[in-house]
Amino acid sequence: MSLSLAVTHGFPGFSLDVAFDAPPGVTALFGRSGSGKTTLVNAVAGLIRPDTARIAVNGTVLHDSAAGVWVPPHKRRIGYVFQEGRLFPHLNVAGNLAYGGWFAPRGAVKGAETRRVVEMLGLGALLDRRPATLSGGEKQRVAIGRALLSAPRLLLMDEPLAALDDARKAEILPYLERLRDETDIPVLYVSHSVTEVARLATTVVSLSDGRTTRVGSPAEVLADPRAVPTLGIRDAGAMVSAVILRHADDGLSELDGPGGTLLLPRIAAPEGTSIRVRIHAHDVILAREAPTGISALNVLKVTVAAVRAGEGPGMVVQLDAGGERLLARITRRSAKALDIAPGLACYAILKSVAVAPEDIWIAGGEDARPQADTR
Amino acid sequence: MPFLSADEWTAVALSLQVSVWATLASLPVGILVALALARGDFPGKQILNGLVHLPLILPPVVTGYILLVTFGRRGPVGGFLEEQLGIVLAFRWTGAALAAAIMAFPLMVRAIRLAIEAVDPKLEQAAGTLGASRLLVFVTVTLPLILPGIIAGAVLAFAKAMGEFGATITFVSNIPGQTQTLPTAIYAFLQVPGGEASALRLVLISVAVAMSALIVSEGVARLVARRIRGS
Repeated sequence: MSLSLAVTHGFPGFSLDVAFDAPPGVTALFGRSGSGKTTLVNAVAGLIRPDTARIAVNGTVLHDSAAGVWVPPHKRRIGYVFQEGRLFPHLNVAGNLAYGGWFAPRGAVKGAETRRVVEMLGLGALLDRRPATLSGGEKQRVAIGRALLSAPRLLLMDEPLAALDDARKAEILPYLERLRDETDIPVLYVSHSVTEVARLATTVVSLSDGRTTRVGSPAEVLADPRAVPTLGIRDAGAMVSAVILRHADDGLSELDGPGGTLLLPRIAAPEGTSIRVRIHAHDVILAREAPTGISALNVLKVTVAAVRAGEGPGMVVQLDAGGERLLARITRRSAKALDIAPGLACYAILKSVAVAPEDIWIAGGEDARPQADTR
Repeated sequence: MPFLSADEWTAVALSLQVSVWATLASLPVGILVALALARGDFPGKQILNGLVHLPLILPPVVTGYILLVTFGRRGPVGGFLEEQLGIVLAFRWTGAALAAAIMAFPLMVRAIRLAIEAVDPKLEQAAGTLGASRLLVFVTVTLPLILPGIIAGAVLAFAKAMGEFGATITFVSNIPGQTQTLPTAIYAFLQVPGGEASALRLVLISVAVAMSALIVSEGVARLVARRIRGS
């Protein structure tokens, strides 16, 4: 176990009561704003003192209210990447990166490590610059490097991409993937973006109203109909894996996907590459018979695994497609008309163009990732 | 013939000495008090704030009188200092420095306090998570960021100390070579027939010193601010 945490804290009109063990890798704390994510991260960093807590990282107890142990923030050695970067304006990039090393145990941050982080985050050209002259994405990369170079036991990232526009997000995500795959520092990653969680997390802890609702691998949690209210109905969607078979001349890529061949807009990766695709629940149509004369290119044979009715007119159907899980969001009226029930064999239809480029990514380092602990 | 007579030069040199000492000696205290007022949360904070600002609103003569009663050779503090440490402030240049420092203190604290309040505590929090203790956070983050405010406060205090009159003349009198500073010398020259020329020369010096202090401080503050904020 890399992080073991049990925290209760009372606010006026809101209480937090969360306990989980996070394995090594990237653990995403996922939930809507107000679900208690930032409070939890601040408790781990020691920036707030919850009513009761037991927090341990790699066996080192940082806070144990029952035993009267409380380690002050500057002795916790927890790297914190804040939403707004918080770079020191009076130091240049090199000074910001070196800052944590001034206080780390002697010899904990070596020159080679600095060079490796600078290379990994692409900071080489920025070292002499002042924070005021950096773009938002560059600032966040420096903030990540600064936290990494303080010899942390654990890295906390509180919505590090939330303040950035989509282009900047897309610029940083690959660096975060490299961070996950190339370092063995455990990461607690706070986010309310399903895309980020799907791409980065090895474990997902979903929070709702100050309680843990689900702990598991991203594929499991994202495909769980019960998690849909937490994810937000608009963002619900499962993540499936596929292998690129060939690139067709008409701009499509043909993939070996769950329950059959998948046709998606051209993916910039060689044939044979394993990828992940996130398929939004509201993009999936269900049919009892194989449709003919239809423009949608993907028709997958699936079996209904579970159904969950929401409060509104819609419901979420979990589908089994060749061992992988898909989610479809349909109306209750359609479900009734089609007699949708667990065990029913049917067809899931997906328009190729419905899948956005940011929902397709290369499954880099997946095999090296530790298996998620699912309790 | 030199520009200044010996008496005039003595007054100028003494004024510079008094002001420099008043500024330098009160600067650490000023930073601490500004820090307490900007960030502190303690009972009696408003009382401290009032005490610091008192010399700004009291008639300077009253401040000088209070100093004389307290720090005079028979005063409670002055008597103790003389008996225990052999330090005498009344009617000495050190007393003039004390009077100048106290009169300039509110201006210094105000400038530094404003600078501290402009520092984002989130930056200090970030420094803490990177392993810096509170003292080291202050030295490595807060202090560099408030440096322009410290310079501004110090220059303001220096200029105020150069011009201090009422409290000085009440506390340490107007003894040439001992406690006669620029303003009290100008006043003295104006009291004797034919002293206008001396007074005018000292007035010119006064203006020149004040102007150069202002220009130097502006320049330094701008330089520091550019280094700190980056551009």
